[in-house]
Amino acid sequence: MSEIKEIISRILPSAVITEGDTLMVTVEEKDWYGFAKALKETKGLEFDVLSAVVGMDWKDSLGVIYYLTSTSRGWDVISVKVSVPDRENPMIHSVSDLWKVANFQEREVYDFYGIKFINHPDMRRFFLRNDWKGYPLRKDYDADPKLNPIPTEDEANEDATVRYVEDAEGNVKEVPGKVFEDDEYVVNIGPQHPSTHGVMRFRASVDGEIVKKVDVVSGYIHRGIEKLSEGLTYPQILHFTDRMDYMSAHQNRHCLCMCIEKAMGLEVPRRAQVIRVMMDELMRISSHLLSFGCTAMDLGATTAFFYGFREREMILDIFEKTCGARMSMNYNVIGGVIADLHADFVKDVKELISIMPSRLKEYHKVFSGNLIAKNRLKKVGHLSKEDAINYAITGPSGRGSAWSCDCRKKHPYAIYSELDFEEVLETGCDSYSRYMVRMKEIEQSCRILEQLVDRIPEGDIRAQVPKVIKLPAGSWYQQVEASRGTFGVYIESTGDKNPYRVHFQSPCFNLVGVMDLTCSGYMIADLITIGAALDFVIPDIDR
Amino acid sequence: MFNFGIWTSELNNFLMGFLPEWATVLVECVIIALLVLLTYTVLALFYILYERKLCAWFQCRLGPMRVGKWGLLQVFADMFKILIKELISLKDTDRFLFKLAPYLIITSSVVMLACLPWGNGLQIINYNIGIFFILAVSSVGVLGILLAGWASNNKYTLIGAMRSGAQMISYEISLGLAIITIIVFAGTMNINELVWAQDKAWFIFRGHIPAIIAFLIYVVAATAETNRGPFDLPEAEHELTAGYHTEYSGIHFGFFYLAEYLNLFIVSGVASLMFLGGWMPLHIPGWDSFNNVMNYIPSVVWFLGKSFFVSYVIIWFKWTFPRVRIDQMLSFEWKYLMPLSLANLVLMAVFVALGWHF
Repeated sequence: MSEIKEIISRILPSAVITEGDTLMVTVEEKDWYGFAKALKETKGLEFDVLSAVVGMDWKDSLGVIYYLTSTSRGWDVISVKVSVPDRENPMIHSVSDLWKVANFQEREVYDFYGIKFINHPDMRRFFLRNDWKGYPLRKDYDADPKLNPIPTEDEANEDATVRYVEDAEGNVKEVPGKVFEDDEYVVNIGPQHPSTHGVMRFRASVDGEIVKKVDVVSGYIHRGIEKLSEGLTYPQILHFTDRMDYMSAHQNRHCLCMCIEKAMGLEVPRRAQVIRVMMDELMRISSHLLSFGCTAMDLGATTAFFYGFREREMILDIFEKTCGARMSMNYNVIGGVIADLHADFVKDVKELISIMPSRLKEYHKVFSGNLIAKNRLKKVGHLSKEDAINYAITGPSGRGSAWSCDCRKKHPYAIYSELDFEEVLETGCDSYSRYMVRMKEIEQSCRILEQLVDRIPEGDIRAQVPKVIKLPAGSWYQQVEASRGTFGVYIESTGDKNPYRVHFQSPCFNLVGVMDLTCSGYMIADLITIGAALDFVIPDIDR
Repeated sequence: MFNFGIWTSELNNFLMGFLPEWATVLVECVIIALLVLLTYTVLALFYILYERKLCAWFQCRLGPMRVGKWGLLQVFADMFKILIKELISLKDTDRFLFKLAPYLIITSSVVMLACLPWGNGLQIINYNIGIFFILAVSSVGVLGILLAGWASNNKYTLIGAMRSGAQMISYEISLGLAIITIIVFAGTMNINELVWAQDKAWFIFRGHIPAIIAFLIYVVAATAETNRGPFDLPEAEHELTAGYHTEYSGIHFGFFYLAEYLNLFIVSGVASLMFLGGWMPLHIPGWDSFNNVMNYIPSVVWFLGKSFFVSYVIIWFKWTFPRVRIDQMLSFEWKYLMPLSLANLVLMAVFVALGWHF
């Protein structure tokens, strides 16, 4: 870390470096783009992954906090803070040409904070309608329903977009643009469509059966979780995490609890740690089984879908017995878990582990080994390792492009460092690799469960926590490996019982970011395959 | 073998007894039309239940169980529902073609049904070009699908219709070639003669190697021709929601739905006619007593049993395989299936010329 500090102060002497949860570098807006370029390209730094982009409103200024990770430097994380005092027309230079993932991330910030990004290729709102008045996550946002009445008319297909281009003298000019040309044949896939796995809309421009460009239209089920959280206490915001990626409910909630525990300096009892990890892995198996079923179904193999669901049912039964719910389990709480394990837990988990290998064989027989399935999945949706890193595609989809990005290995949390499991990597960079990573991760998760099922220690299931939980002033960032990739939580506190700002960095948000890249040049049927193999969950995007 | 022709000629004599000839023909036509429509409906109902139960068993489920014993009345409830549903009319569609399309499809499938050899003496029309007629009429169905996709004025239906056009026109070639292979062997296109030619043994046994290859080609091509999985691209619900019939509702949708199931029966019926002896019982040369026992089973049962068996295989395909992609489907036809069927046709011609068959 001191090495990084040294290089940074050499590159940009005016940068203010503070050490908190991570190394935080505060730079001025005018230096930001050059500094970002240096961070990415300077030898010894090489921050090649943009992990999170957090829009901020500090009342006197607006700004963005960027979390950067360096894959070559042992996954060091630093954060960079950029702010502008102008509230009327705030402008920050875009880094979407350095890290492609910033394209959608900056659009989200623009949508919620109104910060315009200079040189961004497509500065439209991401979640809200184009005619929305105000920027909801600003602290002075007026939520009066009269300002934004419920629309009674259809939204016009707005193809107009805008760019803010800076010329050599530093003057910023507004340049109008178009998403699709007038003569393009644009097919709407979604928002109500059997294969978008939720309320997601893709506008695909097609030439015959070939997809030329995909425009992602999102926000149909956005619930404003980040805004809601600002008005609630820490225990109250926990339940939101189960409702983002509902197939990673345990991991997401684990992440938020860990972030709060880190800020409080709370030690979690060993028994709770083990239970949390076991639940995480059960959730991962359940999620990958669902993904297997849905991939099969999207490819037309309806029978395989039911096979995946048959085993998933067993896991849901385990959850139901212990947590009292089959979905939205609400199991982790600050300091531990909410209830002790059910008496059948060990027996049920052992039964699951014992049948999974034979059932996986059955899946391969009925689906993965099928010639048609192989032809549909292989060489479809190519995503190179460089693109995966640049677009921050983590999780099974990133590992399908041979990018070793498992957070359980890179930033071991809970008790993962003591466990013996492998990070599954596939080198095909196509949909088949992504699919196979999931199937193999089921085996690895079973392996983790096998190691733990007989070694659940006795003890408390949660630590003693104060009645009113207050975090000290400061900011924290925590990442876990959710079912679909690295899930991050950012909390900024002013010392109150409510958070000042909570940001959830969801893996699926990045996954839809590569839809255009991976689908272009393939067929309409491949768009469905690619979507299924990337396996995004919509509530995780529309958080 | 019991000849159902006795009944029909008795009815004919009875009517001729007190009616002039034209009136007799008229009455007979009306009776046959009613019978065909009745058979059509009953078969469709049976097939819907048949497929639902089969697919449920493939998928570790029970299928419909609530309405009636083992859900037997479920199809009647469904049928009733579809009959009373509203026919939604849409803006900006080509109204005439939109309404014409389902009738084209249902008509072509009813006409094909009427040509099948139902039993000994139960042949409605006995053409000398019977099988050729079936092939010709089946092509009209494509027109219905194309019109439906075009007239709906919807991007999904249009893509579905184009896929369907490409698919059906391609696979019709293999289907036709497989049938021609058998026609070369049998030397006739008359359906009645085709069945009687299998009195000694079914074509699939008599023609052995080329006939078996032709049968396999026929089953694959027939699956594609009926738009069923793994070739259900025109209505690939995971890509195009419902393909060419997305915009249809009520009984118009019902026509597409019925025609799909009946076409499954019809291609199975043609398969049993061309390869498995039509209504002809299983005869093994030399085993006279066995053949006599087989003759006691009514010919209608033989025909339906064989058709249901072929349908079972095609349903099995659908519930096992993933869907192929349009380019894979077309290259499979043009690069593999069609050359193979052409080669097979030559092979059959050689076998016939040299007499290498039973």
